[in-house]
Amino acid sequence: MKRYLYIIVALLTLSVPACAKVDVKEIIFDHLQDSYEWHIAGDVALPLPCIVYDGEKGLDVFLSDKLEGGEVYNGYHIDEESGKIVNEAGVRPVDLSITKNVMEIFIVCFIVCFVILYVANWYKKNGYKKAPGGFVAMMEVLINFLDKDVVEASVGHEYKRFSPYLITVFLFILTCNLVGLVPIFPGGANLTGNIAVALTLAVTAWVATNFFAPRSYFKEIFWPEVPMFLKAPVPLMPTIEFIGVFTKPFSLTVRLFANIMAGHIIILSLTSIIFITWEVGPAIGAPMTLVSVAFCIFMNCLELLVAFLQAYVFTILTANYIGLAHAH
Amino acid sequence: MNLLTPDIGLVFWMLLCFVIVFTILAKFGLPVILSSISKRKQFIEQSLVAAEQANEKLAGIEEEGKRILADAHSQQQDIIAGAMAERQQIVNTAEAQAAESAHRIAEESARNIQVAKENALREVKNEVASLALDIAEKVLREKMTDDKAQQEAIAKMLDNI
Repeated sequence: MKRYLYIIVALLTLSVPACAKVDVKEIIFDHLQDSYEWHIAGDVALPLPCIVYDGEKGLDVFLSDKLEGGEVYNGYHIDEESGKIVNEAGVRPVDLSITKNVMEIFIVCFIVCFVILYVANWYKKNGYKKAPGGFVAMMEVLINFLDKDVVEASVGHEYKRFSPYLITVFLFILTCNLVGLVPIFPGGANLTGNIAVALTLAVTAWVATNFFAPRSYFKEIFWPEVPMFLKAPVPLMPTIEFIGVFTKPFSLTVRLFANIMAGHIIILSLTSIIFITWEVGPAIGAPMTLVSVAFCIFMNCLELLVAFLQAYVFTILTANYIGLAHAH
Repeated sequence: MNLLTPDIGLVFWMLLCFVIVFTILAKFGLPVILSSISKRKQFIEQSLVAAEQANEKLAGIEEEGKRILADAHSQQQDIIAGAMAERQQIVNTAEAQAAESAHRIAEESARNIQVAKENALREVKNEVASLALDIAEKVLREKMTDDKAQQEAIAKMLDNI
């Protein structure tokens, strides 16, 4: 007991070296946003190619370390406020840079393609009479579950046309979510928690719902079977239905993006507790570190569940929208 | 808020990547997997039906085997019974034959004995007769001297023979 007291007293007398105050808000927002370089650890960062096109200057391709620390390259610099590349006049050029998130998307694409092609190759090699084991069996269970219990159950008899798309969406979102939970280098980007990624996925879902729908679906929108006064002379129901066409992908976007972003914010906040409390002093910093680690473990487990859940919810809702479009 | 404005570059790359991944998976990945799964499902169902049929057949064959076995058993019983009867019959016949033959042999020997006895008796008679003649001759030679007596004696003898 005495020894512990000594340690605590010794810790209390320690003074934390004066360093810049931890700005939790900045840390978290830095992580949530995209960036032109991939920060790995400490001062080490992987520069990524910037691809910008401006009407006057034409196409420019350069590495992001040319803009590091507010430097200017060919008139381009990173705007302090938005963190995006702007030209001299502060106007955004067409920016197709391979940012951290884009790089992470490439990695996710590679993982998804590799896994599925690997499994498909197993079937090509072994034929259908042999039952797979290990990883292939796990993927088979997952894909079969998606195909039968999610896609077929929601879409109905025309499910075969849509099951490749829906399974791809599930695997893509799941991989993005899981990769986002990996805290070290080739992972950790806030992909599905980025509104651009979630929006793009929702747009593909919208295309899958509306572009392949039968004529009855559009009749149901513009001339639904409701009492006459609800659709003419004031097209009340058609307006509501028409708005509904766009609120569906919007809800998909917000649900996915907000859920995953919230998870990232919570984990980062919990981690920040360590730095904030150590700033106050080691006596409070040490115990709070343990608390923070415990909470982080719990949240990471929860986020694993959320990763699956959000991928599942996105897929099953999209499948339901498609199923509703084909219902009549 | 920066977090809520989608970045065009990211949307572009995301869309491109997603379409590429979707194309690859939809063309080379998922159809293979899904068709393999459904084929295997069908295969398993067919195999189950086939196994059921085979089982039924097997049960039929077993019953058939049992029936054949029972048939064979009863036939065996029949054959054994037949053989027993035949054996009995053979034994009976043999016994009868043996008895008959024994009877015949006994009869024959009895007859032979009879014949031999008669022959012996005849010989004895002849012997006795010749002995008697001899004796008579001797007696006659001695007593021929007395004619009368002799005549009487001869007559007596003749009577007695």
